[in-house]
Amino acid sequence: MSELLTPSQTVGPYFSMRLPWAGGPYVVPEGTEGAITIVGRLTDGAGDPIPDGLIETWQANPAGRFAHPDDPRGPVPWGDKAFRGFGRSETAHDGTFKIVTLKPGPVPDGAGGNQAPHIDVSVFSRGMLDRSVTRIYFSDEETANAADPVLAQVPAGRRATLLATPYDDGTATPGLYRFDIRMQGDQETVFFDM
Amino acid sequence: MTVSDQGLVLSGKLALPEYAKPQPGNHPPLDFEGYKSTRLRHPKQPLVLLPQRLTEVTGPLLGDDVITMTDADLTTQKPGEPQGQRIIVFGQVRDSGGRPVPDTLIEIWQANAAGRYLHAREHHPAPIDPNFDGVGRCITDQGGRYRFITIQPGAYPWGNHYNAWRPAHIHLSLFGRAFTQRLVTQMYFPGDPLLKYDPIYNSVTDEKAKVRMISEFSLEDTQPEWALAYKFDIVLRGRNATVFEEPHA
Ligand SMILES: [Fe+2]
Repeated sequence: MSELLTPSQTVGPYFSMRLPWAGGPYVVPEGTEGAITIVGRLTDGAGDPIPDGLIETWQANPAGRFAHPDDPRGPVPWGDKAFRGFGRSETAHDGTFKIVTLKPGPVPDGAGGNQAPHIDVSVFSRGMLDRSVTRIYFSDEETANAADPVLAQVPAGRRATLLATPYDDGTATPGLYRFDIRMQGDQETVFFDM
Repeated sequence: MTVSDQGLVLSGKLALPEYAKPQPGNHPPLDFEGYKSTRLRHPKQPLVLLPQRLTEVTGPLLGDDVITMTDADLTTQKPGEPQGQRIIVFGQVRDSGGRPVPDTLIEIWQANAAGRYLHAREHHPAPIDPNFDGVGRCITDQGGRYRFITIQPGAYPWGNHYNAWRPAHIHLSLFGRAFTQRLVTQMYFPGDPLLKYDPIYNSVTDEKAKVRMISEFSLEDTQPEWALAYKFDIVLRGRNATVFEEPHA
């Protein structure tokens, strides 16, 4: 027995979901020991910023564990509520977004190996009838990335679109990475089918 | 050992849930000619298959500690009562296998009775209602049930084509229990004459899937002298279980 699903529809231009928890982009409070900040720009096929986008992130904690009862290694104790692993950032008028979080640890691939540290990302906006899904990997995890089963499925020439790279914006923010999301074009971000 | 729904033990090994893929036509295409803004905003390269692993079969479990009673009643969030027809929107969240989805966050947002959103980028010359923000949230109960009290939203014009009007709708955002189940959708009202002209609604090609987005008027749940009731059940991807092996030392 399998029912049809409720279809996806666009978030439209007027979402203003004021999520109180974790302050949206702050998976951890700014200034948390070991925090990283991922900034980027969401752009369309003309290279223009998408100013009405919504970026959501979901990830493991630095030990590679999830705050979720379906983690078969046993759930992270709920005392760890301070790190839910979920971030949400609306894009600004210039298409930029920002997530402050902790770098996830390696996560088992379920077949006896590990996946490189990564963050799952949903992209929503006006003009998107369904979300697009991508992943953030880290360019400074070369060894882990080389052994990652998902990256291995991505054409070599496109893998770089999935890498957050250390970034200096002149503010000396510690642990700053850049991860742009391009919906189309030469450097179109790799999107996934789950 | 048998597959258990919650325990996720399969043949003595650890197991992960696996969420069934939607049937073709169930969700709208990302590139849809009738909806102009999709043109520059859909991926053109083929999608890469992402097998569901731990990150995809877990997901944020939000809201239990931050939801207040008034979050589900959009008519009592302000000092005064909003203008318009009071309605009750209720239903069940379940998966495609028919299992209720309990303890999951639902967020809604909508225009007011005049078809106006409370939003900086909104320019429709219809009145703002100081007593209506149009934003609500609630958590499903153990049976996957939810209930909002709100105002019948108005239709509003948009720039997609000449004389384009969105049918009255309420936006809904759901997390389910896994990243894979995440859904953002819209609920429409039965008999709305604008539905047949709306490219967003009509982007869904499977007719049976499409009508899942139309709520059902319920006289039974309508409260005498007080509010009309609309029932809207929401179906997320259902799950099976697969074997999970721990990393070799
Ligand atoms: Fe809308």
